[in-house]
Amino acid sequence: MNYNWNWGIFFEPSPEGVGTYADMLLSGLGWTLATALCSWIIAFSLGSLIGVMRTMPSPVAQAVGTSYVELFRNIPLLVQMFLWFYVLPEMVPEVIGTWLKQLPNASFYTAVICLGFFTASRVAEQVRAGIQSLPRGQRAAAIALGLNTWQTYRYVLLPIAYRVILPPMTSEFLNNLKNTSVALTIGLLELTARARSMQEFSSQVFESFTAATIIYLLISLTVVMLAGALERRVAVPGSR
Amino acid sequence: MFGDFDYKVILASLPYLFGTGMVFTVTLTALAASGGIVLGTIIAMMRLSGVAFLVPIARIYVDFMRSLPLVLVIFWFYFLVPYIGQWITGASRPISVGAFTSALITFTLFEAAFFSEIMRAGIQSIPRGQTSAAQALGLNYVQTMKSVILPQAFRNMLPLLLTQTIVLFQDTSLVYVISLTDFMGAASKVAQRDGRLVEMYIFAALVYLAICFSASFLVRRLQRRVAIIR
Repeated sequence: MNYNWNWGIFFEPSPEGVGTYADMLLSGLGWTLATALCSWIIAFSLGSLIGVMRTMPSPVAQAVGTSYVELFRNIPLLVQMFLWFYVLPEMVPEVIGTWLKQLPNASFYTAVICLGFFTASRVAEQVRAGIQSLPRGQRAAAIALGLNTWQTYRYVLLPIAYRVILPPMTSEFLNNLKNTSVALTIGLLELTARARSMQEFSSQVFESFTAATIIYLLISLTVVMLAGALERRVAVPGSR
Repeated sequence: MFGDFDYKVILASLPYLFGTGMVFTVTLTALAASGGIVLGTIIAMMRLSGVAFLVPIARIYVDFMRSLPLVLVIFWFYFLVPYIGQWITGASRPISVGAFTSALITFTLFEAAFFSEIMRAGIQSIPRGQTSAAQALGLNYVQTMKSVILPQAFRNMLPLLLTQTIVLFQDTSLVYVISLTDFMGAASKVAQRDGRLVEMYIFAALVYLAICFSASFLVRRLQRRVAIIR
């Protein structure tokens, strides 16, 4: 291969004026983590709500939940990103639209909202599956004890359901983290975007992508380890 | 708002959107899904083979691919494939393979990791007694897999394989990052040329929604039919 390897490239100054190429990648990592964590907060709370709605006796709640999941699961993430970023500011009243367009870090907020709503549909499916995997008697027992719907979910169904679905929720968390890279299409300077611009500036293709790859692998490993520890701590006693 | 929503832009670009864009998307999805299922089945068989060096290779491949964002993998292969081509053919410089081939290789290799997890579950869902029975009948490994295990595994996993193909269909829109003209790429080119982002992106979203919703509806019906016979 006639490729000029140069692993020292990371310590050379980046064309941005401040810092090295390594600093550039690390700032990308920062945006990736910030986007992943902020959007996960939305995804987890909204997803739990939608998932619960799909298991409620009320047909209206079920219909709303089902429509949400179908809507957000059947449109590609890239298209959803463009809808939030390019279409939404045109659809709202002009004052708000202009404000949205001039917002500093607009791509970050857009990415957080978009990923939050997108991942919520996946979280909702896991929460629903978790609740439905519980024996029917649990809900019946809660009602027999005189708990209302809110109390039934809060004290009986959800605490067990969340523990049951911890492994699939870990992969949804990682999917959400990996999906932050789609936000480079709306100009978010996250890790993949940074690796890409490093490659463009320095033409060291393989070094910059190798670095990004290793960082993603390390994040995955860390998350899997943390989730494993959490799983052992909250395991339902006697379940395995 | 909707006041100046221009339907004519959409109508005028329909031949381009579907004739060029959707044909590309469907071709890429079909080829990558077929390739991915074949390769994924081989990886699943490697993983379940119990052969000392094949098992870790298959495991590392799957875990590796599943830890990386698809966008990064698309970039990787876009730059890597010319060098691999040079290495295989022994040419003196990196050979240009074209963005479509590069995207096809990317999606096949990437999706193979996901298909292999489905096929692994499918193979494991067949009772061990069937393998023993096949061996007792004198079938070798290849015959056992080909005539006994894999046909049933495919059948049981068909709904999941199709669902993953719908995900793949949506994921192919990410070839946008290497400027290929798939359905989304075509919509975005028209949107930017005519300054009609609202119309084109809403239309693209509706088309994807209609196709993926109908496809997953059909898969759910199929799932019920397969489930009854099983």
